[in-house]
Amino acid sequence: MNSKTHLAAKSTANQAMLDNSTITQDNKVLLSAQGISCHKQDRVLFEDISLTVSSGQLIHLLGPNGAGKTSLIRILVGLSSPDSGTVTLSNSTSEPYPLIYLGHKLGLNKHLSSVENLQFWANMHGVVTTTDELYLLLARFNLVGLEDVPSGELSAGQQRRVSLARTQLLPANIWVLDEPYTSLDIQGVTFIQELIDDFVESGGAVLMTSHQPLQSRLPVTDITLEYRL
Amino acid sequence: MNTVSPIMSVMKRDLLLAFRQKAELLQPLLFFVMVITLFPLGIGPGPDTLQKIGPGVIWVAAILSSLLGMDKLFRDDFNDGSLEQLQLSNISLSWGMFVKVLVHWCVSFLPLLFISPLLALFLNLTTPMYWSLVFTLVLGTPLLSLVGAIAVALTVGLQRGGVLLSLLLLPVFIPLLIFATSAVESAALGLNYLPQIAIIGAMLCFAIAITPFAISYAIRVSHH
Repeated sequence: MNSKTHLAAKSTANQAMLDNSTITQDNKVLLSAQGISCHKQDRVLFEDISLTVSSGQLIHLLGPNGAGKTSLIRILVGLSSPDSGTVTLSNSTSEPYPLIYLGHKLGLNKHLSSVENLQFWANMHGVVTTTDELYLLLARFNLVGLEDVPSGELSAGQQRRVSLARTQLLPANIWVLDEPYTSLDIQGVTFIQELIDDFVESGGAVLMTSHQPLQSRLPVTDITLEYRL
Repeated sequence: MNTVSPIMSVMKRDLLLAFRQKAELLQPLLFFVMVITLFPLGIGPGPDTLQKIGPGVIWVAAILSSLLGMDKLFRDDFNDGSLEQLQLSNISLSWGMFVKVLVHWCVSFLPLLFISPLLALFLNLTTPMYWSLVFTLVLGTPLLSLVGAIAVALTVGLQRGGVLLSLLLLPVFIPLLIFATSAVESAALGLNYLPQIAIIGAMLCFAIAITPFAISYAIRVSHH
């Protein structure tokens, strides 16, 4: 059963807070954001948000469409710059892969096969993988027989599985997953949730968005962004 | 055991993709050959006329064929999210972009250089004219790729960036065209064409030093 901490980022208060009471002292802060704000097309998405992501934490970012969840995530991973505020990512030399980001765009080239896409992604991060390892990995993600099919010919759910298989290629500290359950079947959702829970239990941190309630066996920290006019 | 370095893996992937899409690979080359084959038919087969217009035609065809394929330089990678992953990887985005442009030059312009002796024959170019043309193409076409890539990176996030791309690039390519054709004209007259080549070389050196940063900045802006 989840013990959830539900904290709304109230538009009137202009800030979202994160309850750190569930985080023990020895949990290392992996990512922290101070006073970040974002405006899009003359609309304030959020203002003065401060949050920390610590090891062993599963954060579920909630909010209606257009509330700014993806914008917040893109700022946190470093793809966008906030209008104000700072984001700090722990990046010591012993941890060369601070985070894995999987967004709406899956990062799979449609002309390359699943194995080629994963191999390239691992090599790009300086990780060496063999084809056999990737075949085994894809088998775990229920993609047997589809390893050499061009990614463009896979179904949306299968493409999502290939994309999520990346989480198993790098020893990263944080997984940032934007709607990871889109297009996945029920078994897929359960499998990915298991992976997420195992990762969090092993000391990782996961920041994810999803419109479905999480079926996690671990405590989930909810952060809700409100739609602001 | 695979031991590809991160930056080499970008190069390997782009080359693999280029050769997997053979039709797109051949398109700029066929366009280039077609324009240069059609010109003598349209203008008339006078050897003197062809010799006079030849270098200009080859250069204009090279610029237009580069515009034809350049639009796709980053588009697929931007749309499918590969560029986001590249930006978040350990590879410097500037290096990554430089390698992508290098691969683009190898697959789009290198074939044009190899086929240019045949085209020089079509247009009745003399040997000094041909060599000066080759020098200008060797130094000038990487410049087209590098400068073009900045405009591509700026317009990649737009829905219909193609028209804007052409408008942005044509004025930038004009100085290159002037120096390149001037070098070949000097060669035709038996004059020293080294100064023009040196200027194009200097522009290329400057572009190699500056453009990777400009391209990566433009990609960051497009991702923003």
